[in-house]
Amino acid sequence: MDAFTTLTGIAAPLPMANVDTDKIIPARFLKTIARTGLGKSLFANLRYREDGSENPDFVLNQEPYRHAEILVTHENFGCGSSREHAPWALLDFGIRCVIAPDFADIFHNNSFKNGILPVRLPREVCDQLMEDARLGGNARLTVDLERQVVVRPNGEEISFEIDPLRRHLLLNGLDDIGQTMQKSASIDGFETKQRAAQPWLYGAAQQEERTAS
Amino acid sequence: MSGTKPRTLYDKIFDAHLVETLPDGTALLYIDRHLVHEVTSPQAFEGLRMAKRPVRRLEGTVAVVDHNIATDASRYTGIDDPESRVQVETLERNVKEFNVPYIPLTDARQGIVHVIGPEQGLSLPGMTIVCGDSHTSTHGALGALAFGIGTSEVEHVLATQTLLQKRAKNMRVTVEGALPAGCTAKDIVLAIIGKIGTAGGNGHVIEYAGSTIRALDMAGRFSVCNMSIEAGARAGMIAPDQTTFDYVKGRPHAPKGEYFDRAVEWWKTLPTDEGAVFDKEVFLDAAEIVPMVSWGTSPEDVLPITGTVPNPEEGADEARRAQLRRMVDYMGLTPGQKLTDLKVDVVFIGSCTNSRIEDMRAAAAIARGRRVAEGVRAMVVPGSGLVKLQAEQEGLDAVFKEAGFEWREAGCSMCLGMNPDKLTPGQRCASTSNRNFEGRQGPGGRTHLCSPAMAAAAAVTGRLTDVREIAEGKH
Ligand code: SF4
Repeated sequence: MDAFTTLTGIAAPLPMANVDTDKIIPARFLKTIARTGLGKSLFANLRYREDGSENPDFVLNQEPYRHAEILVTHENFGCGSSREHAPWALLDFGIRCVIAPDFADIFHNNSFKNGILPVRLPREVCDQLMEDARLGGNARLTVDLERQVVVRPNGEEISFEIDPLRRHLLLNGLDDIGQTMQKSASIDGFETKQRAAQPWLYGAAQQEERTAS
Repeated sequence: MSGTKPRTLYDKIFDAHLVETLPDGTALLYIDRHLVHEVTSPQAFEGLRMAKRPVRRLEGTVAVVDHNIATDASRYTGIDDPESRVQVETLERNVKEFNVPYIPLTDARQGIVHVIGPEQGLSLPGMTIVCGDSHTSTHGALGALAFGIGTSEVEHVLATQTLLQKRAKNMRVTVEGALPAGCTAKDIVLAIIGKIGTAGGNGHVIEYAGSTIRALDMAGRFSVCNMSIEAGARAGMIAPDQTTFDYVKGRPHAPKGEYFDRAVEWWKTLPTDEGAVFDKEVFLDAAEIVPMVSWGTSPEDVLPITGTVPNPEEGADEARRAQLRRMVDYMGLTPGQKLTDLKVDVVFIGSCTNSRIEDMRAAAAIARGRRVAEGVRAMVVPGSGLVKLQAEQEGLDAVFKEAGFEWREAGCSMCLGMNPDKLTPGQRCASTSNRNFEGRQGPGGRTHLCSPAMAAAAAVTGRLTDVREIAEGKH
């Protein structure tokens, strides 16, 4: 996972609430077994017409937003399924930061795990940033995770809250599996205790399935 | 951890699985059961392989294919779609390589992961259960803490049998009273989502309580917990009681004999303590529930079947008005139109929300002696091979076939546009699934969520129909 420290880039305005994961990446594109290559299918149903041509009205088909690295949107972004293909598609397109009043839980979680920073800011502030985003290519936003601020094109700084552990992992591009594996002694200890209290959870009942066809 | 402070069902299961609390308050939570399917696991296994990590606890893990597969006989001769085939083959390769227990497509126990977990007794009360699928909330109906995770977390659980979790807030939805005629668990949960909205449960775990919930059978409880995610909640749960214990007893992986009694003893300590505090409480009077149907493209946009299409211009603010306009347009509706005037092209009875034997029976009761309306394609897709067999033993397949319904093999089917069962653009579908997002059942498809009985009623009349009229013999 790439570390996230500071990002200065073009922000695309997406003034929609409840953007669900089927909108971000429709189910028919989930058949990949890789993490990459989904960028072209990001927002496919909004971005392309039925004949496969680009819908010129959709923001990511317009200049300079084709090069957006930040997305500014409305409430409950990422609701719906648990598919991690949603952050993968955003990432593959080039988006590293999504700013919204709030996010659906699983999407929020998944973003951090893929090096995407979800920033929660009040609706009025998001609307302001959306106005900034509408100014186009010369009006870049800066998202500084170190200092926890978003810098508007006019220099105004808006601070945001973020969970300290997540900030730490993101700043350093750390994988949390490695972190947890260091705790394997506690996990062993838990299993020993649980096995004594609930031995039925440790039966050999599943042996029969072990033979995959 | 134990102390004297009254705790909720959620708190108790959470506490019982706490391995360690990290300095910043994040919990390292032990996971008892990890269900794996083909769509959200390939990149997780790839990650393990790259890091040379094994699966930590094979007996806590079980894999099945459900999303990609066809639900007709063609599934046994190979999958046509090359990408679907690669995904299924990849899972089969991964379970072999990592030695993960697997229920193959040809096994009678194969089916939708959220149907077979409880059916096999793999999901039990008091457990922590995860799966790379948001509808894992379904298993919470057993009095378990069950929730969906992303692929990075799938990899984390495979490698460590734990997850890093923040404690969620507690929310209780209490439904009291007898359910009116024609209403089902699906109508309860659609009514709840209509009331609290798709973000109503964000950051919370919902416990469903009250006499209406207590009176539901397990199939109904699964339907309710299934759609917790549509209300934005991390998980949904129902306290285990005698209904739960009776359901679990005798299942292949359930504890047996003395172990069962010991397990029940523990399960009985799980229900929320008197005086436990919920961060959010919602009350619903069952008497006010009517057969529901969704009209828009978000699960909160539901109405009683007796309702009419809303006028977007009456939306609260411009953002909502714009959203309503888009929905009315996408769904091909006219404001003021009666929902019962909407003609359907397709009827889909299935999905992890409503594909259990009880759902099959409810749909068959409407289908019996009637005919699917001219021009309507109606399909019934059991949730597992075992549900299918049971239904066939009861003769339900014959009822459906005589009425002109297709009787299919188990799988996710038309719940999502990922396998051959799809809507074509503009098609309108009465569906017992859980999501009515744009394009969910195929690009351009229009989904109306409802109960199995309501879906069967739509099939025989050819339009969205108030199931109570069928019961009264009006059709
Ligand atoms: S039936 Fe639908 S909602 Fe359930 S697991 Fe399958 S695709 Fe997901």
